[in-house]
This record gives sequence, structure tokens and C-alpha cells, in this order.
Amino acid sequence: MTTVTPAMRARRRRAQRPPWEEPPTVPGRLGKGLLLTAVVLAVLIPMWSVIVTSFSSKQAIADAGGMVFLPRDFDISAYVLIFTRGEVSSAIWNSVFVTVVGTTLSLVCTVLAAYGLSRPGSLWHRPLLMFFLITFLIGPGLVPTYVVVTSLGLKDSHWALILPAAVNAFNLMVVRQFFMGIPAELLDSARIDGAGEWTILARIVLPLSKAVVAVVGLFYAVGYWNIYFNAVLYLNDAEDRVVQQVLQAYIIAGQSPAGIGSPPALGFNAPPSLAVKMAVVVVVLIPVVAVYPFIQRHFTKGVITGALKG
Amino acid sequence: MKGTTDAGGQSSAVRLQDGPPGQPAGTVAGSSAARPLPTPATGAPTGRRRASFAARWRRDWPLLLMALPAVLLLLVFHYLPTVGNVVAFKDYDQWSGDTAIEAIVNSPWIGFTNFAELFADSQFWDALRNTLLITTFQLVFFFPLPIALAILLNSVVSSRLRGFIQTVVYLPHFFSWVLVVTFFLQMLGGSGLLAQVLRDNGLEPWNIMTNSDTFILLVSSESLWKDVGWGTIIFLAALTAIDQNLYEAAASDGANRWRRLWHVTLPGLRPVVVLLLILQLGNALSVGFEQFILQRDAVGRQAAEVLDTYVYYLGLLTQDYGVGAAAGLFKAVIGLILILVANRVARRFGEEGVFVRS
Repeated sequence: MTTVTPAMRARRRRAQRPPWEEPPTVPGRLGKGLLLTAVVLAVLIPMWSVIVTSFSSKQAIADAGGMVFLPRDFDISAYVLIFTRGEVSSAIWNSVFVTVVGTTLSLVCTVLAAYGLSRPGSLWHRPLLMFFLITFLIGPGLVPTYVVVTSLGLKDSHWALILPAAVNAFNLMVVRQFFMGIPAELLDSARIDGAGEWTILARIVLPLSKAVVAVVGLFYAVGYWNIYFNAVLYLNDAEDRVVQQVLQAYIIAGQSPAGIGSPPALGFNAPPSLAVKMAVVVVVLIPVVAVYPFIQRHFTKGVITGALKG
Repeated sequence: MKGTTDAGGQSSAVRLQDGPPGQPAGTVAGSSAARPLPTPATGAPTGRRRASFAARWRRDWPLLLMALPAVLLLLVFHYLPTVGNVVAFKDYDQWSGDTAIEAIVNSPWIGFTNFAELFADSQFWDALRNTLLITTFQLVFFFPLPIALAILLNSVVSSRLRGFIQTVVYLPHFFSWVLVVTFFLQMLGGSGLLAQVLRDNGLEPWNIMTNSDTFILLVSSESLWKDVGWGTIIFLAALTAIDQNLYEAAASDGANRWRRLWHVTLPGLRPVVVLLLILQLGNALSVGFEQFILQRDAVGRQAAEVLDTYVYYLGLLTQDYGVGAAAGLFKAVIGLILILVANRVARRFGEEGVFVRS
């Protein structure tokens, strides 16, 4: 006979209401449904409208008086423009570079350090742990960080975006916590078979830790993709710009996209300026939305519950 | 003594993840205090009794080597700048060295002069007042909302529907501030969707994006839109950890759903709420940076200048490194004091707090 733990009961409760709970009232259900619908729509409507507008023709945008909500036609000229003309596409490549290189570096450093710290009692374990934990409490501040990064000659280099953000102690602790949960017998038996630490990490620990590595990888990748202010701070050349800077310039600062302000460039077939702007929004948005569902199911598995920074 | 090896910032925050069922078996006992220490390595008889240094070195050097890259990166990009805060006590002269670091080293010490200059600056007090105003406002009106949403989500019976809602509401957490402000502009701005709808119906649109009087409402709504869903995760985990027998017992004692919410659910969430309040208090002087930089031009300095933006404009744009660093240091020290005091108070009232003393 299995005993019913609270956890199991909680799971069962999800499938159906427990007998002692009073049946839901009609106004209660209605209110709850309306509230949740409103919350979901508040997230979805802006995304929907931006995507629809980016695919809209001049006529549709003019008729709507701006943002389009109901799709009328399907026009990809805005995307053709941003991918064929320099500004946006070079920003995309810069951001892809920062994200891919940065995430790889971050994951390698984080996983290695997390494994190195996963065994209490090892040499210098405690001071090393404190070394990482103290970074939670004390942030270096903007001015001295700027001084260090520029003194190292990283100005106007994409490494200025990557290196200062490469190791996040919080992510490191999440991975370490997971590694520490792997049964010690498993590692010990490998050790008896003569495996070194590197082999154990690569052959035993990592295959068991795909979920946590994926989640932490997502955190790092999204962080790199979203870098805006450090790029403003460290990058001066227009061709070094990252996507968030282009987005800021087009929409928040209200510049007109390249090739739009000067009509002769594309003649009368130029796509509407608003559609081009919205296409840039979509380009910034899509990578996040595309990767996220694959990783999201792992959040709820408790890997990352501690991930809340206040 | 032995049990609490990793007494530090994160251990108890991470412990919260014990709640949800269905997580990998090994991590359930996340509490470092409750779990027996993993055997260090087979080579040594015990990890705790001191093996000779040479033996431990021979056994553990690969682990140290693995930690090395991360240690180096943090040394250069975290600890070195932290030490660089000494510029707050110096009369920074950028020509006294080839690089800014050298210039800091060569600049003369001037004690607390930079701080005196900082405290004499009325703009600093404006920024501080704005910051405190916004954090207080958000704490009072917006802190409870993720709790409410979590309780609401938890009451959704169909797990597929709940999963869908969760997927949607977590998503904006991963958007950059540029993207969030963009969405708000395109929806609520002067030429946004809302203004269009109002205009079509003959109403006068009201542009919240450039109104400095309602700026506090705007930034709070943006923060809410971005993070309310993400904020539910920790409460949802705490909710599943509440013993369901308590609800059944309460129901059989005649408690209706509101009484159960008041007497079972909310007390069950209390430790998490206290924990988050402590962390929030430690962040009382940082409301966010990019969000304000991005909108400072639209609503003006009067409303949008917060401590972080003040540090930026003063310290970096006018190259006044000394006073800028002093402002940053002031913020960091106050934050540290606040979090330690809050932790002490919470423990006095019988809560667990963030830090576990070893």
C-alpha cells in the first residue's frame, strides 16, 4: 500500500475538486474567468497588434490610422527592407554574435565552477563559496565598472558586453544546487572505475543535468540578447550597434528607419515606416518567444524556483 | 556547525524550491542543513577529518582548476571595480595616468569631500526622493498582486489551462526594457492603439507616456506587466507546499473559501512573503535603470531621475567619477544596511530570514 503524501494529494487535487470543497458559484467562476482572461490578453494583444502591423500594407495602416489590430492583408516588404539594408541586419548579426559567444562562455564557466564547488569538504571549498556568494550582496557600481572595462581597452568591442556579464553567481548557485543533488554513490562508483573529475562531469553529471543547463542557458542568452545600456555605454560606432539600440532609436527616440526618410531610395513602393518599425520589434521579439516554450516547462519542475530576485 | 556548510545568501532562498512535487528526486532535500554532506571523495577516509594539505591538493586540484575561469572573471569584473570604489575618496584627475585605473591610483586622497559635495547637491536629494517614492508606491500597491494572481492561478482546476496561462504570463519577464517600453508606447502612447480607438469614438486621447504627473503609475504598470507573472512562481511553489489536510480540516469545521484563504493560505505563504519583503527592502534604492533612462527624455528629469540615473549622468556623462562613485557607494551601503536590518527584524519576529548563520 502506498501512503498518500500531501504532494500526491496536491497533484490529485489539480485533476478534480476535492469532495469537501463547495461547488463554485456562478459569479465566482465568471469573475475569475474574466480576470484571468484580462491578464492573458494584456500580454497577447500588444504582441498581436505589433505582428499584424508589421505585415500590413500602406493602405491598411492608413485606414487604421496607425497600429493595425485586424489583419487585412499580408505584406512582407517591411521585412525585405530591414534584411536587405545595412542598419538592422548588421545589428542582428552583432546581437547574434554577442548572444552565441556570450552564452557559450557563460555556460562553460558556470558549469565548471558549479561542479568545482559541488563538493563540501574539498580543498578551499568554503572560502571559494563565500567568494561567489559575496557578489550577491555587494555590487561594484556603475562608475568603477566603467573605469575597469575601458581601462582594459574593451571600449568599442563587443567583449565589453560579454565579459562583465559572463559569470552570474546566482545562476552558478542554481546549477551547483542541482549538481549537489546527484547521488554521491553514482559519482563514487565512477571514481572507483578510475574516472577523473573531468570524465565524471562530462559523462555522468552533465547528461543528468540537461534541464538545469538549458534553463540557465536561457537566462544567459536572454540577458545577452537584451543588452541595451552597456551597448550605449561602450559602443560608439554605428556599425557595432545591437538590436536593442536600433529598436530604441526607431521607436522610443522616433528616428525614421533607414531608407524610409529618403523617398527616392525605394520610390513609391517603399513600405510604410510604421510597418518597418514594427518589423524591427518583431525581430527583437521572436528569438525570445521562439526559444522560451522549450525551456519553460522546466521552470515549474522546481529547478528554478529560487530564481526570483526579489 | 558542520551541517550549515553553505551558510550564505542563497541557501535559504534556494531552499524554497523544495515545495513543488515532481522535481528530480535528488534535489528534494535542498536544505543544506537537513542533508548529510555528500561524501567528499573515495580516496580520502573522511572529508572532515583533516587529510594533509598535500593529499587534499592531490585529490581536489581538478575542482579548483574548474572554478578558476569563473573566479578570474569575477575578480576582474566584479571585485576589481568594487575596490575601484575608492575613487569616491579621491580627487579624480583623469590626466594623472594612461588608463582610468592608473589615474585613480595616482589621484590624491581627499577623504569625504566627494560625499559632502554629493549631499550638498539638491539634484541628489530629488533623485533620492523620487526613488523612495517609487519603491514605496510599488511596495504598497503592487507587491500583493503576484500573490493574488498566484492564488487565482492555483485555483484553476484544469492543469492544461493553467499551464497555458502560466506560459503567457511568464513571457514578458524575458523582454528587454526597450521592448517593454516599445509595447507601452505602441499601445498607450499618443499614436498608439488605445489613442486610435478613443479617437475613432470621438474621445480625446490622453497620453500617459509623456505625462510626468502620472509617471509613477506608468513605470509601476510597466514593471507589473513585465514581472507579475514571473513573481507568481515562488508563491505557486509555496502554495503547493501547504498541507492539503489543513484545507479539508478547515472546511469540515465550517470555514468557507474566504476563511480558508485567510486562515490557511495566507499563513502558509507568510515565510515567502517575509523573505521577499526583506529582499525588496535591500533593493529599496534601486528601482531599475534602463526603464528610467529610456523614458527620462519623454517625461523630464523632474519625475524620472532616480539614484541610478543620477549616478550615470553625474558620474559618467560629466566625468565626475569621484562624486558619481560616492553616490553609487552611498546607495550600495544603504542597501546592505537595510537588508541586514530587515533580516535581523524578521528573525526577531520568528521568521527564518534570508541568511542562515553558521
